[in-house]
Amino acid sequence: MRYPYNPENFTSFHSSETVYDKAFLTRLYREMLRIRRIEEEIASRYHEDEMKSPIHLVIGQESTAVGVCAALEKTDLAFCGHRTHGVYLAKGGDLKAMMSELYCRANGCAGSRGGSMHLFDKSVGMESSSAIVAGSIPTSVGAAFASQRRKDKFICVSFLGDAATEEGAFWEALNFAALHKLPIVFICENNFFSVCSPLEVRQPKVAIYKKAESFGVPSVQIDGTKVLEVYAAARQAVERARSGAGPSFIESVAYRYLGHGGATDDSASGYRDPAEVEHWREHDPISTFHDFLVSKSQLTATEIEQMEKEIRSEVLSAFEHAISSPEPGEEELMTHVYSD
Amino acid sequence: MPWAEALIASKAEEVEVGQEGRILSYVDALREALSLALDLDPNVFVLGQGVNDPRGMFGVTTGLHEEFGVERVFDTPLSEEGLTGICAGAALVGMRPVYLHNRPDFLLLAFNQIVSHASKFSWMDNGKGRVPLVIWSAIGRGWGSGAQHSQAIQGLLMGVPGLKIIMPSTPYDAKGLMLAAIADNNPTLIFEHRWSMRSKGHVPEGTYKVPIGKGVYRKRGTDLTVVGTSHALEVALEAMDELSPQGISADVIDLRTIKPLDEEIIFESLKKTGKILVVDTGWQMAGVCAEIGCLVAEKAFHDLKGPVRRIGLPDSHTPAGFSLEQYYYPNKEKMMGVIKEMVEK
Repeated sequence: MRYPYNPENFTSFHSSETVYDKAFLTRLYREMLRIRRIEEEIASRYHEDEMKSPIHLVIGQESTAVGVCAALEKTDLAFCGHRTHGVYLAKGGDLKAMMSELYCRANGCAGSRGGSMHLFDKSVGMESSSAIVAGSIPTSVGAAFASQRRKDKFICVSFLGDAATEEGAFWEALNFAALHKLPIVFICENNFFSVCSPLEVRQPKVAIYKKAESFGVPSVQIDGTKVLEVYAAARQAVERARSGAGPSFIESVAYRYLGHGGATDDSASGYRDPAEVEHWREHDPISTFHDFLVSKSQLTATEIEQMEKEIRSEVLSAFEHAISSPEPGEEELMTHVYSD
Repeated sequence: MPWAEALIASKAEEVEVGQEGRILSYVDALREALSLALDLDPNVFVLGQGVNDPRGMFGVTTGLHEEFGVERVFDTPLSEEGLTGICAGAALVGMRPVYLHNRPDFLLLAFNQIVSHASKFSWMDNGKGRVPLVIWSAIGRGWGSGAQHSQAIQGLLMGVPGLKIIMPSTPYDAKGLMLAAIADNNPTLIFEHRWSMRSKGHVPEGTYKVPIGKGVYRKRGTDLTVVGTSHALEVALEAMDELSPQGISADVIDLRTIKPLDEEIIFESLKKTGKILVVDTGWQMAGVCAEIGCLVAEKAFHDLKGPVRRIGLPDSHTPAGFSLEQYYYPNKEKMMGVIKEMVEK
């Protein structure tokens, strides 16, 4: 096993003495569970070949998007790479529009122009995403720059993967954000793999957050499987950004259970040890949070059952909505090439 | 309503060709455009490596940071890809960046953000996003500029949907097109030419914009149509000045913008002359010359009385050395030779 779960490396922000109200804790749990169920439903139907879109499922990493977005205002702007579903849903993106987009329908969030890798919902601050690794990082820094110069209230959050830190654009953007003390938080979701290439063949053995730190940006590595850790770290970084003190960098470590793309676990192909996946499943963000909430008497079996029922119904209705929606016509092709 | 919006809304302010106004240098005309835009719209900002130099970038930005503050006119890290994306991001949320580069060569570092991001946001966002971004650079030539400081890369970008590409040749157009570009809601590239930037001409005071996508006749004649932009067109005009006493006359069309391309003015002239020479500062192969040549062959074949001719750069790199460079760039004599051949046939 190359990359075992190793809590010793993580900085902890969550204090066991912090008291969160039940509604908030339930919301975090529900949002993670909802993303998991949506992803599972997509995976179960992907073989039908009706969702003609490359997908990058977020199963195993739901806690990062949910924890971070819980620390944001609706007006704050989120940007991400190709693994969009978690951020889009956690930021409040419309599920029906997302499913229509995956099913290539005219009423998809991008009108069937973007697919799974280009989800956005500007009404809730899900501003942009890019299928080019690191591509949306400069965009997010530019939006943060605009916010600072215009004295707007919003801050930006840039979600990126570990491999994005191998692109020059990331360091260029980080440098500029640090230079101008821009209101932005960089969330690096480190899942150890870029497609099938492990971190060790891509980067020297220096923790990613240590490199970001060298730009004078407060940087930490956290347990990305613990939603309250993510939330607490994000909250501090968001406050820093909002106060005008500048950017922060959070390396959130979690593991993707499935392949880089597609609906299945491709570990058997040999690029990673299937036992590693099983190992990380023991630290599953949803089940560990479940156990925590139950132990604190914050969640009951009846409540979970009710939650599952509601989510199931919402998911089925979103799929039904997408499947029964019209496909775009040829006339759509040439619109919006230019803005008026 | 911000000034840029107001300018877009008002077509009446578009001016076709200027014959009146003060005599101003090309560089001062550009500086005036930036100054007016900064003054009128708080969303406009000007950036680039060296814009705050005591002499400004080629004089185009001189003193602007003192007038408008370093919050709005500022020097940048080199980071061409990063900064282009940062500009696109700022534009996506409503600002109007004007990003200046010494040379188009440096834009090659930013192709990912220009081609795969800025040009696509409006389309990929299904019309919900827009990118009012201006990227300005000046094509170099001579004195050892060589293969990496003289590239005229407009042809590489002409085929990219969603971009607008402007190539002025007069101080009047430089100012009016800069203002039009800043007012435009799309990613717009302006390729200036260092040699054109030495000229002076009539430039009205105040804001006006030259329409993007409209060419203009610089000369009227009957024997052939010469079409192009920027410094290449200036050389063509000099060639026609010398040929005129020999009884040769041409429609010389300055396209001013190569994307969108003013097809109508080309076809209108070709209908009359039946012969066309396309000139460009960039490579002849697969570039502006090739595109216009193909366009004419495809849509106006019936008007052609002879083969389409083109004069751009050869399929080689710019030499830094003086004598080799003389062979590289097409000069007035070469243009005269081609034009004579075309007329005599």
